[in-house]
Amino acid sequence: MALSTEESGRLVALLSGQDERVTTRWTEIVTSSLRGRLSQAELRRQVQDLHRAIVATGDRGTIDLSADNAAELRAALSELSRGRARQGFSATETTISIFALKDVLAELVQETGGPNALHDYVAFSKLVDEMGLFTFESFVRTRESLIADQAEQLLELSTPVVKLWEGVVAVPLVGTLDSARAQVVMERLLQTLVDTSSPYAIIDITGVPAVDTQVAQHILKTVVAARLMGADCIISGIRPQIAQTIVALGIEFGDIATKASLADALRHVLRLNGVETARRQPRRDA
Amino acid sequence: MERVPILKIGDILLVSIQLDMSDQTAVQLQEALAERIVDTGCHGVIIDITALDIVDSFVGRMLSTIASISKVLDAETVVVGMRPAVAITLVELGLSLNGIRTALNVERGMELIAAAHADELDYQLDDDPDAETARP
Amino acid sequence: MGIDLGQPQAQSVRSDEDVVRVRQLVRAVAVASKLSLVDQTKLVTAASELARNTLVYGGGGSVEVTVVDNGRRKGVQIVFADSGPGIADLDLAMTDGYTSGGGLGLGLSGSRRLVDEFQIETSPETGTRITVTKWSR
Repeated sequence: MALSTEESGRLVALLSGQDERVTTRWTEIVTSSLRGRLSQAELRRQVQDLHRAIVATGDRGTIDLSADNAAELRAALSELSRGRARQGFSATETTISIFALKDVLAELVQETGGPNALHDYVAFSKLVDEMGLFTFESFVRTRESLIADQAEQLLELSTPVVKLWEGVVAVPLVGTLDSARAQVVMERLLQTLVDTSSPYAIIDITGVPAVDTQVAQHILKTVVAARLMGADCIISGIRPQIAQTIVALGIEFGDIATKASLADALRHVLRLNGVETARRQPRRDA
Repeated sequence: MERVPILKIGDILLVSIQLDMSDQTAVQLQEALAERIVDTGCHGVIIDITALDIVDSFVGRMLSTIASISKVLDAETVVVGMRPAVAITLVELGLSLNGIRTALNVERGMELIAAAHADELDYQLDDDPDAETARP
Repeated sequence: MGIDLGQPQAQSVRSDEDVVRVRQLVRAVAVASKLSLVDQTKLVTAASELARNTLVYGGGGSVEVTVVDNGRRKGVQIVFADSGPGIADLDLAMTDGYTSGGGLGLGLSGSRRLVDEFQIETSPETGTRITVTKWSR
């Protein structure tokens, strides 16, 4: 959707002829829609940027949002929507800043009049719609990447692998485990075993509300993989409902050690290592 | 054809696989190792696969066979240094490496062999009535 | 190793050493297309199994590695082709633990679990053609 050469020319004339008035009016409309969440000066600057970009595009030929000469305009629109998305504005609040231009144009076209008024307004409107959609698209893209970043951060935060004792590491799992997260946990745990040269790992699932077949499979695979590497896993913190689910689903935990609590699991490992007996004996002797 | 070196350290044979082995090299290693166990009378074999970025079913089978052969020749085999990604892949592939003892690194592997050997010595001492009475 | 990712990379499979070359080629392409370490390892392992099948059961053949893009994700596709006798009973051959050649019987069934897509065409006239794809996560 592009404006014809004449339409572009008339739009540029309209906008640049009374630029002070256009930006002021535009800023007014946007300010009222945002209810004071951005300062007047800030909005004015944004509107001026857009105004300048449209006029600059028109000076370089016909105005077509997808053409090469509109690169500056597209950049201005993207920058606006990126900023708004980061500041937590809604999609409506963002696109309305563009659609506000329509109101301004309507007033201007009405005043100027002429035989082409209606025709021009429809063409200008289409351009503004297109700009609005473009803004909306980049708004959504920014939000999506924000969400992806946050999900990744959450994943990092929610799967700590901690060293409990010399040769013993633990992963306290908290929250729902989906396949992606289970995989991250698995890889991280195994890598920590190598890095710390720990032959024991405790997987604590006290904070996991539910276990389905897939999650149970992931835990089992982790245990088997750890064994292949020469380390033993103990699963602790299995709550009654989860024990029931495990049995009901027919999942075989086989000879994998399971303990009621993290403390029990640690005690079990230490006993295997002979640590506890070594600590008790001197006390008995004394 | 490239060969995998077999080093003797005390009572242990150490095999550190550093190259992407062809199947032939793997078979050759298997044969050479059996010979070295008999020649040296070692009681432990450590196969270090830290450098291997994959273990497929062929190499997996070779490891199992080496473990079985050395068992017959009275030597304990420990496979050490398997990378996490390799372990995850083996589990997915369905290869369980039955009968193979594993350890995280060479040091842990040596401890494992020493412990197994000590158990064996204890057992022999327990069997011997003189040894029993000789203890305080 | 300079690899042009735009072009399919071919490697013939005639000997043991060629299987090693297939592994190295697949790894290089997998690294270049930014598969995760675990996914690289899974793909190279699957390629090793299938290339060995091509050599042992298909009497040799060829492997082609291509970088693919489905619009959302990038991936690596590998085609193993031989003009051997084909696989008589495909269902049986895909079963864990079944082997006709003295292996562990995990080549086909196991490598299917290591990749995201697995296609197999086989007939006594045209031989066997296996296509596998692994997508980046």
